Amino acid sequence: MNHSRAEVLVLGAKTETMRWHKPTLSESSFRKILSMTGAFVLLLLLAIFFSLFIASFPAIRNFGIRFLFSSTWDPVRSEFGAFPFLVGTLATSFLALIISVVFSIPISIFLGEYSAQGATPAFIKSMIELLAGVPSVIYGFCGLFLLAPLVRILEGRLGLAPYGVGIFTASLVLSIMIIPYSASIGREVISLVPSDLKEAALSLGATRFEVIRKVILPYAGSGIVAGILLSLGRALGETMAVTMVIGNSNFIPKGIFSPANTLASVVANEFTEATGSLYLSSLIELGLVLFIVTTLINLIGKFIIRRMGVGG
Amino acid sequence: MLFILFFITSKGISVINWSFITQLPKPVGEIGGGISNAIIGTLMLIGIATGFSVPVGILAGIFLSENRKGRLASLTRLCVETLQGIPSIVIGIIAYIWLVVSMGSFSAFSGGMALGLMMLPVIITATEETLKLIPESLREASLALGVSYPRTILKVILPAGVSGIVTGILLSIARVAGETAPLLFTAFGSPFMNLNVLKPINSLPLMIFNYATSPYPEWHTLAWGASFILIVLVLGLNLFTKVVTKRWKVQF
Repeated sequence: MNHSRAEVLVLGAKTETMRWHKPTLSESSFRKILSMTGAFVLLLLLAIFFSLFIASFPAIRNFGIRFLFSSTWDPVRSEFGAFPFLVGTLATSFLALIISVVFSIPISIFLGEYSAQGATPAFIKSMIELLAGVPSVIYGFCGLFLLAPLVRILEGRLGLAPYGVGIFTASLVLSIMIIPYSASIGREVISLVPSDLKEAALSLGATRFEVIRKVILPYAGSGIVAGILLSLGRALGETMAVTMVIGNSNFIPKGIFSPANTLASVVANEFTEATGSLYLSSLIELGLVLFIVTTLINLIGKFIIRRMGVGG
Repeated sequence: MLFILFFITSKGISVINWSFITQLPKPVGEIGGGISNAIIGTLMLIGIATGFSVPVGILAGIFLSENRKGRLASLTRLCVETLQGIPSIVIGIIAYIWLVVSMGSFSAFSGGMALGLMMLPVIITATEETLKLIPESLREASLALGVSYPRTILKVILPAGVSGIVTGILLSIARVAGETAPLLFTAFGSPFMNLNVLKPINSLPLMIFNYATSPYPEWHTLAWGASFILIVLVLGLNLFTKVVTKRWKVQF
C-alpha cells in the first residue's frame, strides 16, 4: 500500500511533466527561493534583537548599567530601575520551579520507569499533554478566582495582610503550568536509560528503589536538569497568568506573600499606558533583558539535551 | 486537570446560549450580551497568522530538510530554536515596534502577524522533521524519471509528508489561539464588531483577560463563558490533531 502511494505520487509528477512542456521553475531559482526563506528566518531573529536594542537605546544611554540595579520605578519623575522586577521574576520563577520539581520528578520516574505501558500511564500522559494545551490566560483566571481566595485564607491564618495575590500565588499557578514540560522531558530522558545498565544493577541484588536512585537518576541527571532549565525559560517569560495574580506592585517584594511584579507582567500592564519615550524605551529594555535571559537559558537546556541524544 | 475543567465547565455552561455567541458585549450595568465580536476576531487573527506563517514555514522547513549540513542551514536551525523560546510578550513588543508604530494604530493585522511569528518555528520544525522521514528512494525514483527538482519536491516529497505538516499547522494554531500577551498592544481589543483588518480587534483570550481583571461581576460571568468556549476550541483542536496523526501517519 505504501509502495503504491509512493508510485502514484512519482508517476503523477511524471505525467504532469510530460503534459506541460513549458519549464516552470528552474532548479537553481527554486534552490535560491529555499535559501532565501532560510536566510529570512535568520534575518528575522537578528532584526528582532536589533530593533529591541535600538528601541531601548534611549533608556540604555540614560541609565546605563544602573538600570538593572536601581530600585526606583517612578514614571512620574522619569526614573526607571528594573531591580524590583528582576527580583520579582527570579523569586516567582524559582519558587515555581521548586514546587514543580517536587511533582514532576516523581511523575517522570513513574511514567518512564515503573509503568511505561498500560492504560493508566497513557491516560496520565494525555492528561499532561492537555494540561500543556490550556491557554495561559485561563490559568490566570482560575488562579485569580480559585487560588487567590485560598491563599487569602492562608495568609489570614498566618497573620499576614490578606492580599490573596502575590509572589506565592503566582508561583503556584506557574508551577502548575510548567509541570507538564519538565515531566514530559524527564520521562523521555528516563526511558532512554539503557536497560542493560538497569538489569546489571538488578542482577547484583539492587532493589528497584536503589536502581532508580543509584543508576537511573545519575544517568538521566543532566537531561532532567535540562528539562528543568527549559521549563525555567518558560516560567520566566510567562506573562498572562502571572500578570493576573501577582498583584502589580512596583517595589521590591518583602516576602513571598507580598505583591510584586515580574519583567513580563510590568510590560503587559504599563506598555499601552506608557507616556513619554523614555518610559516606553525603559519598558522595551525590560523586554530586551527578558529576551536575552530566556534565550540563553533555552540554548543551554537544548545543548545539554542534544548531548544526551534526545531530539530536543 | 479534571478539577480545572470541571470548574470552568460548571461556571461557563450556564452562561452559554445562542445569544451569548451571536450578540455583542453590552456596557456595564446591562444584563446579557455576548461575545460574537471576540469569536470573529479570534478567527480573523488566526487567519492572518496562518496566511503569513504557513508559506514561509513550509519553505523554510523544506530548506532545512534539503540542506542538512551547511552553515546557513545550521544557523537557521539555531534561529528557529531561539525563535521558539522567545517569550510571547517580547513578540508583542516587536510587533508593536514594527507594525503598530509604522502603521499608526493598533490593528488586527499587527496582531495576526505577531501570532504568525509565534507559529512560524512550530511549522518549520514540523515540516523539517516530517520531510526527513521521507525515504531517499522516492526522490531518486522521481528524479530518475526525469522530473525536475522543484517538481519532485513540490509534487512528490511534499504530498508524501502532508499529514505531518498539517499536524504541525494545527498544533501551532492551537498554541496561538489562546495567546494573549502578544495581542495586548497589537490587536488591542475592542467592544465592537469589526471586520476591518486595519482596526483594533477583540479576541477571546484578550477579552477574558480584560473582563476577568475588571471589577464587575457581570463581566466575570462573560469571561467564564468565554473561557469555556476557548478551552473547548483549543482542547478540541488538540484532540483533533491527535486523531489525525493516528489515522493518517506518514509511514514508509
